Amino acid sequence: MNKAQTIEEKQYLVRFNADTKSHLHVLDPDICLTKCPDKICTIFCPASVYKWEEIRMHVGYEGCHECGSCRIGCPYENIRWEYPRGGHGIVFRLG
Amino acid sequence: MSEKFDCIVVGAGPAGTACAYELAKAGVNVLLLERGEYPGSKNVMGGVLYRQMMEDIIPEFYKEAPIERPIVEQRFMMMDKESALTFSYKGLEWAREPYNNFTVLRAKFDQWFAEKAVEQGALLVCETVALECIVENGRVVGVRTDRPDGDVYADVVVLADGVNSLLAKQLGFHREWRPDEVALATMEILKLDKGVIEDRFNLEPGQGCTIELFGDATKGILGTGFLYTNKDSLSIGVGTLLSGLIKHKIRPYELLEYVKNHPMIRPYLQGSEPIEYLAHLIPEGGYHSIPKVAGNGVLVVGDAAQLVNAIHREGSNMAMTSGRLAAETIVMAKEYNDFSEGMLDQYRMKLMESFIGQDLKKYKDATHHFDKFPQYFEKYIPMLNRAASQMFTVDGTSKWEKQKKIWRDIGSVGEKFKLARDVMKAWRVMK
Repeated sequence: MNKAQTIEEKQYLVRFNADTKSHLHVLDPDICLTKCPDKICTIFCPASVYKWEEIRMHVGYEGCHECGSCRIGCPYENIRWEYPRGGHGIVFRLG
Repeated sequence: MSEKFDCIVVGAGPAGTACAYELAKAGVNVLLLERGEYPGSKNVMGGVLYRQMMEDIIPEFYKEAPIERPIVEQRFMMMDKESALTFSYKGLEWAREPYNNFTVLRAKFDQWFAEKAVEQGALLVCETVALECIVENGRVVGVRTDRPDGDVYADVVVLADGVNSLLAKQLGFHREWRPDEVALATMEILKLDKGVIEDRFNLEPGQGCTIELFGDATKGILGTGFLYTNKDSLSIGVGTLLSGLIKHKIRPYELLEYVKNHPMIRPYLQGSEPIEYLAHLIPEGGYHSIPKVAGNGVLVVGDAAQLVNAIHREGSNMAMTSGRLAAETIVMAKEYNDFSEGMLDQYRMKLMESFIGQDLKKYKDATHHFDKFPQYFEKYIPMLNRAASQMFTVDGTSKWEKQKKIWRDIGSVGEKFKLARDVMKAWRVMK
């Protein structure tokens, strides 16, 4: 385990029971585009759920750890954050 | 599911389950709601569970609970880039009953604990999200769940819904947490042979060791890393205030890789295989961030009430004790059939009189202080490492000359005064 592991490799170790619809919503896409040069959620999200794709934020909710950081850390309070439906989302097996 | 219970507990972590267990044991009709597939499936902890607070609920639990290892040694590493100054306490009184603490894997432990609550008579319903509290005439009378016809009613609702604490926020008990009131922790479980763990950490069979990592483990950002021994795996993780990650624009999983590959840590992990990756928030606002914890028909316990002592990495113990104190209060409230805020506020008083309120008060300004003055982690820990290296390197320089060099390393007279002041200030926030 000497070489650095990528986030994709880490996420591969986790079991998810993804719902069909997202529990994470960017409220106003315009804010990400025009007001938020750092797009800091794409950096601090521990599962790399948020990815900026040229003009829009892609939200890969299926790999979310449901930690809540994006809701608290978005400088524009621009993320509506709910829990996935009961029984869905991340399923930790150990830790 | 439109039913009425004496009590609904939202969340089957240590706080909620402790509360449900105690209530069921006292003959209270209690519903324990859990949003995950099973209790523990949404929960993450570095891994240290304290014996005393768990035994206050289930005596000698360690004889049957799925624990990993009793901890006999606690090490603290003050790390620089390629060095570490280490303190440790190892004591064999921790290797025998009654023990001090244990490592546990939460998905296993929480399931076991919840089963115990069920044995006492609690009704556990998983895969159910509590969307909001049902409020009538200024008092909480139940919760709305995401099940069809999912309204459930109770005399009192206990919010044990974890660090995000969405339900207490909806009730106006606290505002949204700030990024400096929560730490984001990422960790990995690494599979490693039992015998290798014991050899590597200098342990007798079955014994465990914890290592807390300061300084370069978090690249100088306020936070800590940790490396804990489980039965046949290691837990390695790193947690920093969310505000620190934002300020320094650091990806948490890259920080975790940095720690794993740090030259002081890498040899411990040699030959291990990652088997799970986990991320979770830790409430670290401390005393000043404790929200309103009692209202008409409602109590808040555990992480949802910010009950974590970040300095001593205690949280699950506070969760359990808060759950137990909430249950005591509810049993009393039931005798008087009075679930008003005036009656339930007894819980807040019990909480503040207990070690929870006392310890959180003791360290009320500590996190804030070290966050505001980053030099402790950024500057002083590397300085300590250089001093140790200087003093213990035998190169023909006299010890007096070495002491002079260490003294010069601190910097100008102004910087020496600043260091002295910082030591005083640190003492003041920790004493």
